[in-house]
Amino acid sequence: MESGCSKNVESCPKLLDLIPQEREWHLKREERRDGSSEEKKLELRLGPPGESNWSNKNNTERDESLLSLGYFSSMKSNGKQTHKFPCPEDHPVGSVLSTPWAKNHHQQQTMPPFLQFPSTTAPPQTLPVIAKESSQPCCNKAVDLQEAERKAFKPPANTAVPLNGSQKRTAPGPVVGWPPIRSIRKNLANSSSSKLASESPTHKAANEKPAAEPNGKGLFVKINMDGVPIGRKVDLKAYDSYEKLSTAVDELFRGLLAAQRDSSAGGIVNKQEEEKAITGVLDGSGEYTLVYEDNEGDSMLVGDVPWHMFVSTVKRLRALKSSELSALSRECRFYY
Amino acid sequence: MNYFPDEVLEHVFDFITSHKDRNSVSLVCKSWYKIERYSRQRVFIGNCYSISPERLIARFPGLKSLTLKGKPHFADFNLVPHDWGGFVYPWIEALAKSRIGLEELRLKRMVVSDESLELLSKSFVNFKSLVLVSCEGFTTDGLAAIAANCRFLRELDLQENEVDDHRGHWLSCFPESCTSLISLNFACLRGEVNLGALERLVSRSPNLKSLRLNRAVPLDTLQKLLMRAPQLVDLGIGSYVHDPFSEAYNKLKIAIQRCKSIRSLSGFLEVAPHCMSAIYPICGNLTFLNLSYAPGLHGNKLMKLIQHCRKLQRLWILDCIGDKGLGVVALTCKELQELRVFPSDPFEAGNAAVTEEGLVLVSAGCPKLNSLLYFCQQMTNAALITVAKNCPNFIRFRLCILDPIKPDPVTNQPLDEGFGAIVQSCKGLKRLSLSGLLTDQVFLYIGMYAEQLEMLSIAFAADSDKGMLYVLNGCKKLRKLEIRDCPFGDAALLEDVGKYETMRSLWMSSCEVTLGGCKAVAEKMPSLNVEIIDESEQMEFNLDDKQKVDKMYLYRTLVGHRKDAPEYVWIL
Repeated sequence: MESGCSKNVESCPKLLDLIPQEREWHLKREERRDGSSEEKKLELRLGPPGESNWSNKNNTERDESLLSLGYFSSMKSNGKQTHKFPCPEDHPVGSVLSTPWAKNHHQQQTMPPFLQFPSTTAPPQTLPVIAKESSQPCCNKAVDLQEAERKAFKPPANTAVPLNGSQKRTAPGPVVGWPPIRSIRKNLANSSSSKLASESPTHKAANEKPAAEPNGKGLFVKINMDGVPIGRKVDLKAYDSYEKLSTAVDELFRGLLAAQRDSSAGGIVNKQEEEKAITGVLDGSGEYTLVYEDNEGDSMLVGDVPWHMFVSTVKRLRALKSSELSALSRECRFYY
Repeated sequence: MNYFPDEVLEHVFDFITSHKDRNSVSLVCKSWYKIERYSRQRVFIGNCYSISPERLIARFPGLKSLTLKGKPHFADFNLVPHDWGGFVYPWIEALAKSRIGLEELRLKRMVVSDESLELLSKSFVNFKSLVLVSCEGFTTDGLAAIAANCRFLRELDLQENEVDDHRGHWLSCFPESCTSLISLNFACLRGEVNLGALERLVSRSPNLKSLRLNRAVPLDTLQKLLMRAPQLVDLGIGSYVHDPFSEAYNKLKIAIQRCKSIRSLSGFLEVAPHCMSAIYPICGNLTFLNLSYAPGLHGNKLMKLIQHCRKLQRLWILDCIGDKGLGVVALTCKELQELRVFPSDPFEAGNAAVTEEGLVLVSAGCPKLNSLLYFCQQMTNAALITVAKNCPNFIRFRLCILDPIKPDPVTNQPLDEGFGAIVQSCKGLKRLSLSGLLTDQVFLYIGMYAEQLEMLSIAFAADSDKGMLYVLNGCKKLRKLEIRDCPFGDAALLEDVGKYETMRSLWMSSCEVTLGGCKAVAEKMPSLNVEIIDESEQMEFNLDDKQKVDKMYLYRTLVGHRKDAPEYVWIL
């Protein structure tokens, strides 16, 4: 198997040394480098690149488009950057690149050691996660910023634990649209009727993981009632229990339902009277029963899960005629 | 200069089939434009709102095959509200009124109503092929219309659509005279089908090459179908649950062995893993295997199955295959070009069974690998660097770490270097999806190296506007950029608004762009539709320009603002 590196034997970084012994990366022998020669290539180089591992073709381009600096630093010393350099980012980035960064660099003579080096066995709390390995190649940071940003800089010797800038991203809880898979795939483990259940750890949670709401302001969901062509919207954040929701449903639809009945009955009607309260939507005792569609597209009976969990997964509501529910549930057995 | 008669040029153009090439041909000169447009039969429209059906019809009177895409890609992940748009009806209506002899319609992420299907089925005498991918809005009644009215139907291919299954007898609606079917895929339907009708249909379709069944088709029907259609090339098994000692199973074994042409196998929507040995006889010929809907298949049974598939070029699998299973793939499938590993339990982080190790193994064992979709627990820079070295031929590289901002667990660093290695090494990379902890640095690399990149998906990454700027400045061939939850704001958005006209679309959600910023883009670029999608109704009441916009979708268009946007979409 040819890998890109096989052509560039002399300049392949010694990846393997940085990888814990117990893992086997199936790398070729040629790629194991003798440490010292590798280091030479990564040694301090100030000034225009002229060494063999830079592509010859691109000299002119290189002059205008890149700057490379390399230096050895003993990464062991301290994690914190001792000097602050203008960086593309104002925070430490521990990248190591000794590539000639000319865009048209056809032949990869130097495999950019997109390497970090800091190894594997770093104790988490100390910063420089760095190696006991003394022959660390180090940060040659050669970066070509956009033409506008051409300035020389040296990256900090080491990177501390990531990175101030990124800390503002807190680890998201359950998030809408993540992981990026289609709804069809979300419920696979549960809906498969094979003997899976006994063989794998509980999948129940998969069903119940709520999708976080994108914002904390009112949560308006659509609600339709069977037989009433006009739907309503209800703000679920305004309620804190199923009972209150039930009352709200009654308030929203009582008038509409009465109007519907009147118009279907034909004839002149007095709207004021005969507005029947809509009750029993949660327990099946009333004429209508509340169901909802959750974030996975499934139709669910309202009332099974704790209220907050319901709020975080509901996408829309429906009030179905209770008499049709039993017909529906008979049909539903073909679904899964 | 045109020394050739038109017919000669037309004949020459016949050999030019790619859309890009035909588009280029039409730009050469007026007479080439004219010849090209009259001879063009297949048109691809990547964004249905970029052009109108009327203009399409006017330009290509000889149109036979139309491909349309509707909703933005993130609609697949519930980020786009249901009724955002992408309705196919106006297209079918316009085509029906014209004299276009439509024969093929391929739709992706569009809303297809039963009325559209009915109109389609009645309007085009020679209609042959309907392919619906990730569409919604129709029921089995619409399918019944297609079955009943399209006398020369060859292909009905439904992939991952949301279909309201009325369990009507749509399959029975294929008339007895219909014998032209080549491809029938209804795997995504959830309801029962009339098994007798299915058997009769298959029996009278001697050209049937591709058959993908849904879950409701039991094993004994499968066996009967295979007996009637041993010429199948592509098979999607519905239910595969049975008793290994039963007569049905024995019959199935015999039936499968007769199917020597099967090259592609999918489905297993319900599976009993101890019965996979019946499949072994055909495994050696398979070039495509899709087990991504079969969580019941894992461990040794799965590995044994894979070991029989030496010619596999494309494999879609669940992560319960594990790193070890991927090792088996690496040893066995030397022809592998495409690998997709889906999460079997997406919300239980910690259970995902593949890590960077599996990927590295495959990259080492499968040198032809050029397309990847990989959902995993974690990834390291070292692994990505190795993969980049092993497989410099990636065209599509989509990595999804289930915890979207997870750093390299070994070094605690962001994954900038790893992805940097990928873009640097894979010079032909056209599509890239990133995940894991990422800073602006990775975008610098992308801008510098990813010269062929056409589509980029970013989530929970970067630290500042610079990230987006690196990409917009660097990736000259970028067509689609979709971003969610990144700190990119107006500065990045407005830096080079002309760029967006060179792209199909830009999606930004949960970023830092403001209403004012979006308005500025819209003002400067009348050739773009800038849509703000806001379901929380705050836009109605609060028109402050400094307000952050939750979802913005902009795309180039020749026909201005669309008229079918719902109330919560504001087109600036």
